[in-house]
Amino acid sequence: MRAVRTTAATALAGAAVLAAVTGCTAKSDPKAAADGITVIAKDDACEVSGKEFPAGHVTLNVENRGSKITEVYVLYPDDRIVTERENIGPGTKATLTAEIKAGAYAIVCKPGMTGAGIRQAVTLTGGAAAPKRSAEMDSAVASYRQYVQAQAEETLPRVKVFTDAVRAGDLEAAKKAYANSRVGWERTEPVAESFGDIDPKVDVREDGLEEGQDPAKDWTGWHRLEKALWHDKKITTREKQLADQLDKDLADWKKRVGTAEITPTSMANGAKELLDEVATGKVTGEEERYSHTDLVDFKANVEGAQMSFDLLKPVAAKNDAALVAELDKQFGALNTLLDQYRADKASYDFTSYDKVGKEQRKELSDAVNALAEPLSKLAAAVVK
Amino acid sequence: MTTGPHAAGPARRTVLAAGGGLALGAAVTGGAVALTRDGDTAAPVADSGAAVPFHGAHQAGIATAVQDRLHFAAFDVTTDDREKLVRLLKEWTRAAERMAAGREVGDGAHGGLPEAPPDDTGEALGLKPSRLTLTLGFGPSLFDGRFGLKDRRPGALVDLPRFPGDNLDPARSGGDLCVQACADDPQVAVHAIRSLARIGFGTVSVRWSQLGFGKTSSTTPDAQTPRNLFGFKDGTRNVSGDDSAGLDKHVWVGAKDATGGGAWMAGGSYLVARRIRMNVETWDRTSLAEQEDVFGRDKKEGAAVGKAKEHDEPFLKALKPDSHVRLAHPDSNGGATLLRRGYSFTDGTDGLGRLDAGLFFLAYQRDVRSGFVPVQTALARSDALNEYIQHVGSAVFAVPPGVRDADDWWGRGLFS
Repeated sequence: MRAVRTTAATALAGAAVLAAVTGCTAKSDPKAAADGITVIAKDDACEVSGKEFPAGHVTLNVENRGSKITEVYVLYPDDRIVTERENIGPGTKATLTAEIKAGAYAIVCKPGMTGAGIRQAVTLTGGAAAPKRSAEMDSAVASYRQYVQAQAEETLPRVKVFTDAVRAGDLEAAKKAYANSRVGWERTEPVAESFGDIDPKVDVREDGLEEGQDPAKDWTGWHRLEKALWHDKKITTREKQLADQLDKDLADWKKRVGTAEITPTSMANGAKELLDEVATGKVTGEEERYSHTDLVDFKANVEGAQMSFDLLKPVAAKNDAALVAELDKQFGALNTLLDQYRADKASYDFTSYDKVGKEQRKELSDAVNALAEPLSKLAAAVVK
Repeated sequence: MTTGPHAAGPARRTVLAAGGGLALGAAVTGGAVALTRDGDTAAPVADSGAAVPFHGAHQAGIATAVQDRLHFAAFDVTTDDREKLVRLLKEWTRAAERMAAGREVGDGAHGGLPEAPPDDTGEALGLKPSRLTLTLGFGPSLFDGRFGLKDRRPGALVDLPRFPGDNLDPARSGGDLCVQACADDPQVAVHAIRSLARIGFGTVSVRWSQLGFGKTSSTTPDAQTPRNLFGFKDGTRNVSGDDSAGLDKHVWVGAKDATGGGAWMAGGSYLVARRIRMNVETWDRTSLAEQEDVFGRDKKEGAAVGKAKEHDEPFLKALKPDSHVRLAHPDSNGGATLLRRGYSFTDGTDGLGRLDAGLFFLAYQRDVRSGFVPVQTALARSDALNEYIQHVGSAVFAVPPGVRDADDWWGRGLFS
């Protein structure tokens, strides 16, 4: 949980996207609009009517000839979504339009609306080109986007184990499934927080409510259920409603992560923000004050930060090899320290944080600081 | 963050202040050579706002005229890598040089890459150098074998014995390293400790730290001794910052003292730090006569019993045997003399409605065994003041000699 923070880098990236999508209406070619791109979506194919089209005002005429409901996307080289259309039923047609600058793109059909989908590369020519990043950077962002998407997809069934237990009124089963249901969220939290409205619904703590909000009515999400399970030790109709709500809000999250603005800079800053989360919320034991499962969140935050770092490593290593070496070392040291708090390295069964003493917390805090300080320099090493 | 003090780089204040402007100008533009002190004496720089030279035969912050504010920090080394520790000491030295001269750390607080956090944290921007001194020390635990320094521990760096009445909190005691930051502006002192802690993440970790808001000692003999929180002048007979003979005799480690593994300490000094809690509420209920008896001085002038002026030499036999002045006086301790530069502190309240207040005692000496140990042994045994105070934190450090120039670094003698 953290207040929403838009970094300067994210704001800039946002402005650039806006320009890319809407910025060249005057140069659009009316002929292109008339012809458009034809996409025939089947269960095992995604047929596009060509490889090269004029840039500008682009129309996609989609026809679903398969047996499953499908989705169609136009993606930037880093897999960020230019435009999309969901829920195209079998035998139906749909039209997508967007202002798209010259450059390389992918058209993706997703039969059954799951998985990576079927890709076709297309090139748009003429007019102004979209700002280009290095292939390395695009690949890092694309991989991270896949990671974030996969985390969301894996999280939903885990959350269902938790919410099913709540709905069944099974206190012990719910407690057991709680921490595990949060791992995917904690690994990718900065992306979820970039939407602004989801985090306050699913991950807010009681003290994070605003003046005038009523904890009985307005407090929703994981931590509200945490308090019910560990502190109040009971499941009422209200908790069962909140379980439904959590499923719904997280389904919304899963649907939206593909549209998140992700840049190499925002990945690096996101990694730092995950360590900030650890430093301010987990090391202090504030995040999971009733369940004391802070170390599970802690580990997940570190894993998410390490994923960003690993993906940016090829770029960062060219600019600042010493920084990369230091970060490798400090990630290793922190992970080794965390491993002391679980018997099985394959499990997320960590020591309850109320059993972690003052000196041990200081040691964890030192290791977090030792990593977070060099990690704050990663963004500069990526753009240098 | 390793640029030298005279390399091009931002100064916190580009417009020189009127007061102490000449000294400040030298600090900002003159470079290391013009700033080097002559070794034995540090000219009293009383002009608040000026820069105190960082380089010299001895570290600044000992004989230097006592500044108004303190931020003291003890650090634990968190790595076993000796080379990493050496790199940190070098980086710290360069940052300290810059801050003492009133410059920003590294590439400054603004104007750098927008994607990177600034090298300097910025809260001292626009403030004068404020006579900032940064003084580094090595604690006994640094010599425990982690860094191959076991045979370099000087004999004079003893573990302090347990004194009667001590109630020491381990979390406020000890430390592998310490940095004493003194300045006339509290924000300048805090900026310095914060910056060094930041540079140190991954190599060292702050073990404890202490803010001091009011100096309780003077190393300039013509000045009045500042009062402590009991309202008394104490430590009147201090070593003066311009008394070379006195400093050589009582404060600086001589070449002959520093032998064998401890030879690197020549020109250094030993620091004892004690956090002394003062029970100000019970003291304030004590009659004036009792208060004056406890110290052995009068409250208004600070003169010893039967004398007229603060600096008049006391006639010890006229003082009560358990009075503080009589017990602490060098003549009662075989000549043991300490250079004191302690500060008053108030860290809020203690949960029982009492001020968590006291004296953060700092004393420099040539040898702890003939300095603090005999004096404190006598005081702990029978000082009438013990009814109103308690020692709650303790540390001892070997303070190496000064950093000579822009190529030298803190502790080079120890690690070479």
